[in-house]
Amino acid sequence: MWQGFSIRPDQGSTIAQGVDHLFYFLVAIDLFFTAVIFLTIFYFALRYRRRSEREQPEQIEGNLPLELVWTLIPLGICVVVFLWGTSLFIRNSRPPAASTEIFVVGKQWMWKLQHPEGAEEINELHIPVNQPIKLTMTSEDVIHDFSVPAFRIKKDVVPGMYTTLWFQATQTGKFHLFCDQYCGTNHSLMKGYVIVMAPTEYEQWLSGGVRGGTMAEAGAKLYDQLACITCHGTGKGPSLVGIYGRPVKLSDGSTVVADEAYVRESVLYPSAKIVEGYPPIMPTFKGQVTEEQLLQLIAYIKSLGPQEGKASK
Amino acid sequence: MADSHAASALAHQFEDLEQQHDAASLGMWIFLATEVMFFGGLFAGYTIYRNLYPPGFAAGSHMLNVTIGAINTAVLICSSLTMALAVRAAQMGKKNSLVAFLLLTIALGLAFVLIKLTLEWRHDYWEGFAPGLNFTFAGPNAKSLELFFCFYFLMTGVHALHMVVGVGVLGVLLVQAGKGRFGPDRFNAVETAGLYWHFVDIVWIFLFPLLYLIGGRY
Amino acid sequence: MTTAAVNLDSRAHYLNADYGIKSWLLTTDHKRIAILYLVSITLFFLVGGIAAVLIRIHLIEPNGAIFEPGAYNKLFSMHGIIMVFFFLIPSIPAVFGNFLVPMMIGARDLAFPKLNLLSWYIYMVGGVLVLYAVIWGGVDTGWTFYTPLSTTYVNTNVISAALGVFIAGFSSILTGLNFVVTIHKMRAPGMTWFRMPLFLWAMYATSLIQILGTPVVAITLALVALERVFHVGVFDPAVGGDPILFQHLFWFYSHPAVYIMILPSMGVVSELITCFSKKRIFGYSFVAFSSVAIAVISFLVWGHHMFVSGQSIYAGIIFSALSFAVAIPSAIKVFNWTATLYKGSVSYQAPMLYAIGFIGLFTMGGLTGLFLATLAVDTHVHDTYFVVGHFHYIMVGGAMMGYLGALHFWWPKITGRLYPDGWARLAAAVIFIGFNLTFFPQYLLGFLGMPRRIAIYPPEFQVLNVMSSAGASILAVGYAIPLVYLIWSMRYGPVAGPNPWGAKGLEWETPSPPPTENFPQTPVVTEEAYAYGK
Repeated sequence: MWQGFSIRPDQGSTIAQGVDHLFYFLVAIDLFFTAVIFLTIFYFALRYRRRSEREQPEQIEGNLPLELVWTLIPLGICVVVFLWGTSLFIRNSRPPAASTEIFVVGKQWMWKLQHPEGAEEINELHIPVNQPIKLTMTSEDVIHDFSVPAFRIKKDVVPGMYTTLWFQATQTGKFHLFCDQYCGTNHSLMKGYVIVMAPTEYEQWLSGGVRGGTMAEAGAKLYDQLACITCHGTGKGPSLVGIYGRPVKLSDGSTVVADEAYVRESVLYPSAKIVEGYPPIMPTFKGQVTEEQLLQLIAYIKSLGPQEGKASK
Repeated sequence: MADSHAASALAHQFEDLEQQHDAASLGMWIFLATEVMFFGGLFAGYTIYRNLYPPGFAAGSHMLNVTIGAINTAVLICSSLTMALAVRAAQMGKKNSLVAFLLLTIALGLAFVLIKLTLEWRHDYWEGFAPGLNFTFAGPNAKSLELFFCFYFLMTGVHALHMVVGVGVLGVLLVQAGKGRFGPDRFNAVETAGLYWHFVDIVWIFLFPLLYLIGGRY
Repeated sequence: MTTAAVNLDSRAHYLNADYGIKSWLLTTDHKRIAILYLVSITLFFLVGGIAAVLIRIHLIEPNGAIFEPGAYNKLFSMHGIIMVFFFLIPSIPAVFGNFLVPMMIGARDLAFPKLNLLSWYIYMVGGVLVLYAVIWGGVDTGWTFYTPLSTTYVNTNVISAALGVFIAGFSSILTGLNFVVTIHKMRAPGMTWFRMPLFLWAMYATSLIQILGTPVVAITLALVALERVFHVGVFDPAVGGDPILFQHLFWFYSHPAVYIMILPSMGVVSELITCFSKKRIFGYSFVAFSSVAIAVISFLVWGHHMFVSGQSIYAGIIFSALSFAVAIPSAIKVFNWTATLYKGSVSYQAPMLYAIGFIGLFTMGGLTGLFLATLAVDTHVHDTYFVVGHFHYIMVGGAMMGYLGALHFWWPKITGRLYPDGWARLAAAVIFIGFNLTFFPQYLLGFLGMPRRIAIYPPEFQVLNVMSSAGASILAVGYAIPLVYLIWSMRYGPVAGPNPWGAKGLEWETPSPPPTENFPQTPVVTEEAYAYGK
């Protein structure tokens, strides 16, 4: 029963220490004020205990300066904690530009992870240490939550949209991965590990094993199978070369950035946004592609840089 | 006879008739506030989805019958008039006018519900507009169209339910009015029912343009 | 009949005014309706409590001591639904609010006595429906019914549970409506707003939340039920619906709901602290306004349940700031209660022990709310046992203690009997110890990362779970003790007399138990609340 017992989680990521410092500050505030209140009450209760039923204590209405003091001090503490917590949160929400992207699909009751190089994992995520990792996640069914306590991160994984998370692991090792949004019968079993490795070991792991090609290559294959090129390569539909991450002008005059969500929506609900100058004739592929396949298509489209229609690594 | 009539009009927990009347009014206003929050949830959902899916919602709106909607609006506004006149009649102790106006209000309320059920909804069902029961649209906007009709049936349905309850309450008041129960010292029930009735009318005044008149057809 | 049992029937009062089951089931006397609620919520508490005991026994083993995950999921759902909607939300308002609001303002009854009885029946219908749902087949969505899990992916009794809660919501709305009208329109002559006991301010603030918040959860749960029946897709992303919209609508009520659960207890504490220090409350208007401020601000913070939901970061920042704001009025109250003891004449009967326990535990638990309001920290502890520890500190260490304090304080007024104070103090101490042992380890478990709502957990969490379960067994004993002596006192307790505590307040100027009409003549109020110096 005592094996593994500790009262402090591993600090496995760059943000863990910062979060812990704020956490401990809050612990100190909590314990301090609880102690102050309890001790003051005990002191008053003892010092002013009733000695006879006939006692008539002095009636005190209140004290405005005191009210202001004990309003403004808590307010001050709250402002400090709010600003501290918010700035940490904003910093922790913006993935660094050079992050390695990994894609997560949650479903009842397992995690499916895809590396862009093609490796696919279930309930385990191998990553290199000291490298920022950005996760792009969606669910196939209900809302899940990707949580790694050692990294102090979590994010809901929602069907119908992509949510993102980033972290940078600072120590090698094996860390719990939990689903933190109740998702049905085997919610407790929807867990695994994040396995952090030294860079060389990670490269070895990545290149070992039987694999069918990178995500972008898988996406290219799908692109062929679904015959996307019949419109997107012939002018009937907009060319997809170099569009990823760029603004797109729509037929209703508005402009959107072609990000993961836009690509996913275009494949599943093509009539939602029509590119200016093109007819609304794209059929939907809903039911024909899984969430993992959508991510592969996205990887392929991302790879269509300035080069004409060639899948790059 | 007038004294004991007055005495029986005052419930035991109140000090005087004025307090009783004030309490009844305030109670109904608070109840209407809860109804605003109740409908508010539906209105919020509708607004959010309308902003997400403008073409589907506009298409759905165009499929509704504005003429019937407008007739129903007129019916309800008239019923609010007759209700207000009923309240006045109760306050003035005019029993026959009260009975007549209550009857008219009930008739107009029933007309509203009947028009909606037999002309609109039956037609909508047979045309394949009813999500979950008989929805037969395909095409690019099918899903947001279905969502529109969910809200349409939900909001007008909840509204119609409130109308039916209102008609029931007015029916009870009608019977009591026929027995001469109401007069200048005892008309709270009619007045608070009137407040409720006007509220149900106002909800429709919001529903009609939001559901029937969007999409820039005028 | 033993010689020790004293007959209180020498004069007429609300308990002996009429006999027979019909006189209870068709009563419109607010005091009898309060008793009806007292019995029913105690029964619901027992059901929810049994679920809690089973949960804690199960969690002694990392692989689960008793249940398959599916059955465990139904247990925690049942525990949450029953405790939140059928125990905590009605508890003080429906029992003590109903009994005391008319008495404290010098009225003969509430504004709408028949509506009051209807409220109880509506509550019972909703309750029976939910009991059916959770016992025959069960519900396994959690009390939060998140979509699309609840609308599309479970096969359990979601519709009946959702409808049961929907129905019970109207009971809450109508009770709140009754209190607001009564407090506005039926105060005795001389009872100005600022002469009202603070319990009434708390009831008023609570009623505002009940009136404005409950309808939103009602329509939301109705939508869930409709979606299950007709597959309408309002929350289902597969047809263009938005599952996060459900969360917004649900929490718009359910956050203010937690203040429905705590504000009444705070009102009780104001009554207890003043009586057992024989002093006017320190800072009356600050405490009164804080109650209303909490009610108002509570409607603006719901997004703090959704910081990691995928909601926009800017929304998160705004909700975080407002969540800090709502903590300030609660802090003001805690300081004012503490200052009331200064230079008072303090005695330690059981009600006072509960009040003091409340203040300490609410301070600790409330401050853990700051952890959850802090964006960066919440990211770590959201949906872990830290949250479970936080809300149990407030709900059990706070609201429940307030409820028990109220029960012990007004029991003599309600029944005309005194209970043995020694046993009562012992029970309070046992509850305090058991409570802390149960729930403090949960903060640590959350910080370590143990998720909530799991039937199976990693072995390194076992020590803290065993501690928590041990505490729960002590807590259960603590709750059982009052059940025994309170029931005993109804027959064998010494006669209480009108004012056994020497308290100020119109309710103490009537005999115990009070007559049906409360006051033979409407009292005229000439002094401030808690006029202990005079």
